[in-house]
Amino acid sequence: MSGVRGLVASRAGLAATCAALLAVLLGSSIVAIGVGPAVITPGETARHLWAALAGGRIEAGEVTTYRIIWEIRTPRVLLAGLVGAGLSAAGVAIQALVRNALADPFVLGLSSGASVGAVGVTVSGGLAALGVHAVSAGAFIGALAASLLVYAASTTRGALSPLRLVLTGVAMSFGFQALMSVIVYSVPGSEATSMILHWTMGGFGAASWGVLPVLCAVVVLGVAALHRDARALDVMSLGDETASSLGISPDRHRKRLLVLVSLMTGVMVAVSGAISFTGLIVPHLARMVAGAAHTRVLALASLSGAVFMVWVDLAARTLVAPRELPLGVITALIGVPVFITLMRRKGYMFGGG
Amino acid sequence: MDLALDGLSVVTDGTSLVRDLSLKAESGQVVGLVGPNGSGKSTALRCVYRALRPNSGSVLIGDADLDTLTMRASSRAVAALTQEGSVELDFTVEEVVALGRAPHLRGNQRLGARERDLCQEAMRQLGIHHLARRGVLTLSGGERQRVLLARAFVQETQILVLDEPTNHLDVRHQVELLSFLRGRGLTVLVVLHDLNLASAACDRLGVLSQGRLLASGTPWDVLTAELVSQVFGVEATVVPHPLTGDPQLLYSLAPFTNSSGRHTTS
Repeated sequence: MSGVRGLVASRAGLAATCAALLAVLLGSSIVAIGVGPAVITPGETARHLWAALAGGRIEAGEVTTYRIIWEIRTPRVLLAGLVGAGLSAAGVAIQALVRNALADPFVLGLSSGASVGAVGVTVSGGLAALGVHAVSAGAFIGALAASLLVYAASTTRGALSPLRLVLTGVAMSFGFQALMSVIVYSVPGSEATSMILHWTMGGFGAASWGVLPVLCAVVVLGVAALHRDARALDVMSLGDETASSLGISPDRHRKRLLVLVSLMTGVMVAVSGAISFTGLIVPHLARMVAGAAHTRVLALASLSGAVFMVWVDLAARTLVAPRELPLGVITALIGVPVFITLMRRKGYMFGGG
Repeated sequence: MDLALDGLSVVTDGTSLVRDLSLKAESGQVVGLVGPNGSGKSTALRCVYRALRPNSGSVLIGDADLDTLTMRASSRAVAALTQEGSVELDFTVEEVVALGRAPHLRGNQRLGARERDLCQEAMRQLGIHHLARRGVLTLSGGERQRVLLARAFVQETQILVLDEPTNHLDVRHQVELLSFLRGRGLTVLVVLHDLNLASAACDRLGVLSQGRLLASGTPWDVLTAELVSQVFGVEATVVPHPLTGDPQLLYSLAPFTNSSGRHTTS
């Protein structure tokens, strides 16, 4: 592993690793777009995508295939990649700012808070002025409220207790899930069970080109903003006292970053529901390769998180086809053993190799 | 640059941790803060590196009140070695040292050539150059303190405050660490537990007890048998160090040996 670390440590090495991950992401996406009820070879998929992007001729007999590729599967795979990247980057940031290896948007209750907000808006028809973005806005407000609640409940006299934070977060997330279920069941005639499953376990069934622009903007800008704050994340992970002595107000930065992470989580949850474990394990895997510095960890975590989620989604819609598994089933089945193995590794301390 | 605490008071949850503390470290002086556990030493220091805001009074660096400066600006004037030892992420030594430049850099701006040289030089001076690529979690206590000191040095401040920097270090590393503090021309305020090391390392000492400054002055002024008995509750004999002439304390374990040389039994 130290060999890989040495490679990633240099600027050129990091760029090469990111380029390789991008290539893997592109390849994975093309494969994932091709696989489904109608299997299309990667070469055909690439040709159709090229035709869609660069303008090319599609024969009359190929229109169905083209539609499947461009209108159904491509937005779904893009959605998966974006959510995977965003959840992983959000996990990196949260782990640094609460200095806890067990934290991520799901564990701290941000995701379930977001789903309460999203369901609340859907059911009540509130925030109608925001039109199609009402659900995202509701989810953002839910995530923000959840993060403030969890933060306030686990802080005593300005000092944050990492253990209390995780325990509070876990408890709160069950509370939010319960609240969300009550809202869903209170609406007569709705398909309550499948709706609750979507919000608690996640799914990309709602993918369409329409949802992508806002999500894409929030995730890309969010990851860029976190990357720009990478040194502050480094400093904050050294502890509050040290951060103060290095000119960074831990409290102010933590609040600002929580708002940013809540925004990212809210917008993602509004489209895909709450997905567990991705934000938890991908940052750890990235740290094993990249060390602790957040510029590198953020770059690797978001790219590998995108690859991971593309494959998770592919598994979710093919393993028991024609039915679909909720995403949370796959991420937990992969995430739990990976997480336990990581935690049991000798000498593993929050990224130590 | 001078560092002055002026009438500093800190109250937390109704408990007065520091009361009306005034103490001055002149430019280039090493000033030690000593006192029993809970006497407010660390609390006073936290006000200097801005982890805590005093309820009244002020910290002055040069002519400037710390409270009027931004956190960034004051971190370019005051560096700190806090007691917060546990870094949980496995940064490499050179990464931690480089973070000392954070107050001078914007966003994730990269270190310039001069700054990289500065980091190399600090690591060389502190003898941790060979550890540059090692993870900080694998270091011994003495090595880790030197890494943190290197980080403080590259911060290029004129004032350095240290909170019990010799804790958990063996004797050799304690002596080494304190000798690094001298001779760099920095104004140093250091909290120390070991009175003999404090006497050897500091130009002036301040003695805190229950949040109040009981005495301050040169080690010979301050470290008297009466004061040590009053503040720390131990009997000590003060003798001059045979080589340096600094006052040194020899402790007698209870039951005390009385003046006639016989053990008391009461």
